[in-house]
Amino acid sequence: MVYDALIGPFTEFEFMRRALAAVIALSLAGAPIGVFLMLRRMSLVGDAMAHAILPGAAVGFLLSGLNLFAMTAGGLIAGFAVAILAGLVARSTGLKEDASLATFYLASLALGVTIVSIKGTNIDLLHVLFGNILAMDDQTLLVVAFNATITLLVLAVIYRPLVIESVDPLFLRTVSRAGGPAHLAFLALVVINLVNGFQSLGTLLAVGLMILPAGIARFWSRDLTAMICIAVVAAAVSGYAGLVLSFQTRVPSGPAIILVASVLYIVSVLFGRVGGILRQLFPGRHLEA
Amino acid sequence: MAAVHFHNVTLGYDRHPAVHHLNGVVAPGALVAVVGPNGAGKSTLLRGIVGILRPLDGSIHLGGLDSRDVAYLPQSAEIDRSFPISVFDFVATGLWRATGLFGGIGKSARDKILHAIASVGLNGFENRPIGTLSGGQMQRVLFARVLLQDASLIVLDEPFNAIDSKTTIDLLALVKHWHGEGRTVLAALHDMEMVRNHFSETLVLARGPVAWGPTAEVLTPENLMVAMRMCEAFDDSAEACAADDARSRAA
Repeated sequence: MVYDALIGPFTEFEFMRRALAAVIALSLAGAPIGVFLMLRRMSLVGDAMAHAILPGAAVGFLLSGLNLFAMTAGGLIAGFAVAILAGLVARSTGLKEDASLATFYLASLALGVTIVSIKGTNIDLLHVLFGNILAMDDQTLLVVAFNATITLLVLAVIYRPLVIESVDPLFLRTVSRAGGPAHLAFLALVVINLVNGFQSLGTLLAVGLMILPAGIARFWSRDLTAMICIAVVAAAVSGYAGLVLSFQTRVPSGPAIILVASVLYIVSVLFGRVGGILRQLFPGRHLEA
Repeated sequence: MAAVHFHNVTLGYDRHPAVHHLNGVVAPGALVAVVGPNGAGKSTLLRGIVGILRPLDGSIHLGGLDSRDVAYLPQSAEIDRSFPISVFDFVATGLWRATGLFGGIGKSARDKILHAIASVGLNGFENRPIGTLSGGQMQRVLFARVLLQDASLIVLDEPFNAIDSKTTIDLLALVKHWHGEGRTVLAALHDMEMVRNHFSETLVLARGPVAWGPTAEVLTPENLMVAMRMCEAFDDSAEACAADDARSRAA
């Protein structure tokens, strides 16, 4: 009975196995990026980037139909352009990163909509908006796994400057020039993972599998390494449970995954060891020293 | 060696000078106090020395020093204290010059880090997140990092602000230790008593240099009065600097 509900779908159906593989790959790469987004107070930047990617994907769709590579390429170009331009403007002028990004992503969104309306085609963007992880073919799965691998490799390379830049940017500037490139590489990773996620979760929810696990992790640990591990596990568990939920009910897969993550988040807010509400209400007697 | 040469240096923001026409040399191994009222350009000068602010005019030479040979302790560090990083890891970033992007931290490096933490009196704090430290403890942590940077030029911007006397004594001892090791140390300070007792050389700054030399000769009530009278506000309708015109005409 339990086996039928929890494991059966995956042994029985290939599309469920593919979906599970995809969601694990997304968790491994996206969750660490999410942790850094959160710690650098850039959670909403991920959201803005998701909007910036949308027109690029739409243009890719216009040019070559429902070709995932074209849409991915379009999304990557739009995302990179916005991320890098915004990063450069913020670094070379006094404008704050969030303001700079907001202007560029709005411009990108407007440009995308303009291009689409000039073409006059009535395209179905629902697929792009909400994705469909259950329709994952081998090729797409390989792209997702490839992007996840690249993400982890690049993150390993920029990890040290990224951490120091997050804690003490001025110090990094005085000892090294790695801060700027590390920051841009990080923004690029954000874009790659958003594009990676929109094939399975859709443009708007892709950022969910990055930010929600990071939020969950913050309530369970004060250590960066532990936070990253917890975030990856939380993302993978949400992915698995979301797929099961979606299989057993009629909830679409993308929202199901994010809803499970949201439930985990609420549980963490209430019962988390680090700053959880219950912990604050009943902190225990104060200590000797 | 770490000599700092100022050639007619003007530093500032939006064309307004905050440090005006500074000339002079900081000798290798010197222990220099930079004093002056708020807004006198002390921090600006130090930012110029470490290279995060480019001079509007003139030049600063560090005698062939790489920027990594300079350790800088800013007045209000832009440190995100909520970031989950331990005292040990934070201090370890001072080894950047040796480790760079990928270099590992081996046994001897670990010992160095622990030694640095111990020398600022923070034994037992290694695993504490930096967010749990008091202001004075954080300042000790920053000094430990400077210690690890092993720099030949050390630039401290008001390092003892809001620091209690015990911590100040401990950290001042470190500064004198650095001086004893032949490192060049520049520090912006407000405590004239401390400058008189512990710093051999003083630069009195009030946008332009008021006086520069041995502390006993320079730190006079007259010089300090001149510095105090400096006008802080920028004049939005100021003309281009006349000193430059005179010089270009002469040339």
